[in-house]
This record gives sequence, structure tokens and C-alpha cells, in this order.
Amino acid sequence: MTQAEQERRFLDKIDREIKIEPNDWMPDEYRQTLIRQISQHAHSEIVGMLPEGNWITRAPNLRRKAVLLAKVQDEAGHGLYLYSATETLGADREQLMDDMHSGKAKYSSIFNYPALTWADIGTIGWLVDGAAIMNQVALCRTSYGPYARAMVKICKEESFHQRQGYESLMKLCNGTPQQKAMAQDAMNRFWWPALMMFGPSDAESTHSDQSIKWKIKRFTNDELRQSFVDATVSQAEILGLTIPDPNLKWNEERGHYDFSEINWEEFWQVVKGNGPCNKERIAARLKAKQEGLWVREAANAFAKKRAMKKSA
Amino acid sequence: MQDQALFEYVLRLADDSLILGQRLGEWCGHGPILEEDIALTNISLDLIGQAISLYDLASELEGAGKNHDQLAYLRFENEYKNVLLVEQPNGDFAMTILRQFFFDAFRLPLYEALMQSPVAQLAAIAAKSVKETRYHLKHTSEWVIRMGDGTDESHERAQAAIDHLWRYTSELFFEDNIDEQLQERQLVPSLKGIQANWMETVKAVLSEATLTIPTNNWKFEGGRQGRHSEHMGYILADLQYMQRAYPNMEW
Repeated sequence: MTQAEQERRFLDKIDREIKIEPNDWMPDEYRQTLIRQISQHAHSEIVGMLPEGNWITRAPNLRRKAVLLAKVQDEAGHGLYLYSATETLGADREQLMDDMHSGKAKYSSIFNYPALTWADIGTIGWLVDGAAIMNQVALCRTSYGPYARAMVKICKEESFHQRQGYESLMKLCNGTPQQKAMAQDAMNRFWWPALMMFGPSDAESTHSDQSIKWKIKRFTNDELRQSFVDATVSQAEILGLTIPDPNLKWNEERGHYDFSEINWEEFWQVVKGNGPCNKERIAARLKAKQEGLWVREAANAFAKKRAMKKSA
Repeated sequence: MQDQALFEYVLRLADDSLILGQRLGEWCGHGPILEEDIALTNISLDLIGQAISLYDLASELEGAGKNHDQLAYLRFENEYKNVLLVEQPNGDFAMTILRQFFFDAFRLPLYEALMQSPVAQLAAIAAKSVKETRYHLKHTSEWVIRMGDGTDESHERAQAAIDHLWRYTSELFFEDNIDEQLQERQLVPSLKGIQANWMETVKAVLSEATLTIPTNNWKFEGGRQGRHSEHMGYILADLQYMQRAYPNMEW
């Protein structure tokens, strides 16, 4: 079969909503786009463990400690099967992680913001997992089979995390004035970074067009961002929290909320590595890699020894 | 107080679980491989779950109307009765795994025996926890063997961890009049039998791992009576931070 025929068959499958599977022919650029996007997602899960993990030892009661442990464990699990999905495309987990450490590969910028108070943990669950779900529900129908199937499982767990986060904030907002103020402070700090999670505006997004055509992405960044704002406003009202945007108001004509322009300078600064915690996050991941090297070597050496014993 | 001796006994079990779970929680996001991040977090979660059930039982036995969080969070340092082993710092991965292995090898036969206790709630907690602990012991035993029989470096690190932690292992079998009282009432097992079982597991695993048992028999004890190492204050500073900084609030 000629390359042109293969490409025609590939596009035909995309058109007919037939999933592309690991052994199917696919354009090299499709493969690279998927590896980039899935690994970026995997890195986000792994780096995302750090701001939340930092509160495990200080969780205010045993139930919250257990819930947080379970959540962070879920995130490690998401990372694991997303890396596995990249391996079905011929990528190597270690190499992908090295690309993140060197700054070549990105992860979600939201995790470059610090988790300063206990309210941040609830807010991360509500807004950050909420924004992630907006992106990920759309990805359950993405054209690459292993990615789509991973997203189905991930979405179920993420929506559980979002509800837990919201419930935790509910406690604070119905608690003492001190607790309520803690929640509002977290809202003030996380609202804009959460909106930035949807990426650059459609006009600025370099990868969007082709990804939409290949049905890797099903909605544009701006469409998803708008859906998130529309869904979140009433949730904030129920909590009694103020969204830190004086221009936020319902637009009858559009049938959507209007909101202020994102501070794109801050967005690009954080993407480029100048966010409040970029250096700390990468340093923590590098440290884990370096300090774990002897453990991985030991496991490999042991496996080899046992294999030799078996064959002897 | 409805049953002081049994309360103290259950509190010791609960504090062991809590403090070790707290220590393991520090690993989250920093494990040597992703699979171990998941495993260590999972063991931590199991231990916190066990602590919740045990504190619930303890609070019932105490009859002072305290809930599990008040018991877990609002005591002073010398009121915690965990063994010194579980409060020792994580160190490297070898230290964490060996600490956990020594503990699991003790907890498994203890829970197995407690399943027979006439104290129905304690037997039920033991029955649930025994399944978790069996997994923990399997996991840590496999790593001890892997490290011992892996590379020169992993062997050295594992042996160093054993040599360091050995002094804390005898306290696992510490008995005082609380244990004696409860054993006389036939509510809990003698720790002598548990110790024999523990030693058998340790010998078998270390031998397969080509690691050796230290000859140093110097014993560190005191945790069961509330005399802790210097590490304990820092653990509690983290653990109790929110409850102490924001007293009497619901979370």
C-alpha cells in the first residue's frame, strides 16, 4: 500500500469515528502530537502530586488525611497509565521524564503555583480538577484508542476529586469567619491560574488546528475556558465566594458569562519557567530521580540474576 | 474510664499506625519510581484507615466522649504510646522499607492472633487489617530481597538500614502490666509467641536477601511509656499544626 493510500485510510477512520489503535498506520506528526500531549498530561499528574503532597502531613483531621492520600495516589496512577499510553506509541518513560526535567517538555502551569493554606487543597480539587475535567471529558472521545480509554477512567476519578474538593470548601465556607477568609484567599489566588489551564487563546495556539482536524482535540481552548467559567460561577455563589473579576457578568445575547482578559504576560512567564514554584517542582522531581537511581539499578540487577538462575 | 488497660492497649496500636502512616505520607511525590509512590502512599492510607478504626474503639473504651480526631491530634508528646521504630526518619528508600518490613513482620502475626480476641470490635479490626498487612509484608519482603541481592550499593544500603534500625526492634515486643493484665483476661496474645514468629520471618527474608542480623543487642525503648526520640516533636508539629492553630473548628 502506498503512503497516500495509508493516509487516506487513516483519515477515513478519523471521519467515521473509528479509534486509531497502536498497531495501525498513523502519520508521524499525529504520533508525535499524541506523545507530546499525553506525556504533558502525565507530567502534570506527577508534578501535581507535589503541591498537594505537601499538605498530607498537615491535613486537619484523619478523614481529610485519608482522602488526600487517596487523591494523590490516584494522580500517581493516572500518571502511570498515561505514560503507558505513550509507550504504546513507541515512547520511553525515562526519556519523557528527562525531557520534562530539561524543560523541553511542559506540564500544566497551575502546579507552579504554591499550595499555601489548607483551603488551597479544597480549591485545587474544585477549580483545578474542575478545569482538568472540562478538558478531559472532551478527550474521552479523542481519536487515539488507548488515550481515549485512559481518559474515561481518569475522568471518573477526577470528578470524584472535584466533588471532594468542593465539599471540603463547603465546610470552610460554612465554618468560622477565619475559615471563610482562608477559602476566599485561595479563590483569589487560584481563579486566574485555573483559567490559564486551558492554554493560550485560539488565536495564539500553535497546535490547535491540526489537532482538531485529527480529532485529537474536540474543542478549542477558548471554548473549553468559556464552558468552565459558565459552569463555575453558580458553584462559587453557593459557596458564597467572590470570583476575583470585576468584569464577570452574564451576557444574555451570547448566552455566556463575559470575563476579563487573562494576564497573558504572567501566563507566558510561568510557561517559560518563571512561575513561583517552577524551579522547586523540577528540583523535587530531579532529586527523586537521582536518589532513586540506585533503587532502579538494584531492581534491574536482581531481575537479571533471577532470570539467569531460572535459565540455568 | 470503662476499661483503662484495654484503652491503653488499643491506643498503642492506633499510635503505631498513625505515626508510621504519617511518616510514609512524607514520601508522596518523591518515590524512586512511580510504582513505589503509589505503593508507599497506599500503605500509608491503609495505616491511617486502621488508625481511625482503632481510635474509634479507643474512644469508646475511654468513655470520655472524645472522637478519633481528638485522640489522634490533641495529646501531648508523652501521651503518644507508639514504639520508637515508627517515628524514625524515612532516610533513604532502604531505611523506609526496612522500617516497614520490621513493623509488618510484627503486625501480621499480631493481627492474626487478635482476630481470635473475644473483644469483638478488636477482632473485627484485626480481620480487616490482616489482609492489608499481608500485602504490606509481601511488598516490603520483596524489596528487602531485591535490595539485598541487587547491586553492591543496594546491599550496603539495606545492611546499613538493618544495622541502624535493629536497636528499635526489641521494643515491638515490650510488655508491661497492661499486657499482663489483658493476657490474664485472655483478651490479647502474649508477645513472646509473636516475637518468635517475627524472628522466623526476619531470618528467612534476610537470609534470602544475603543480609545479616546484627550481633548488637543494645535495646532502645521508651515509646510505649511516652518517652520518645527527638523526632517525635517535629512529627507532632506537622500533624497537629491545623488543630493547634485553628482550635475547635470543623474541617
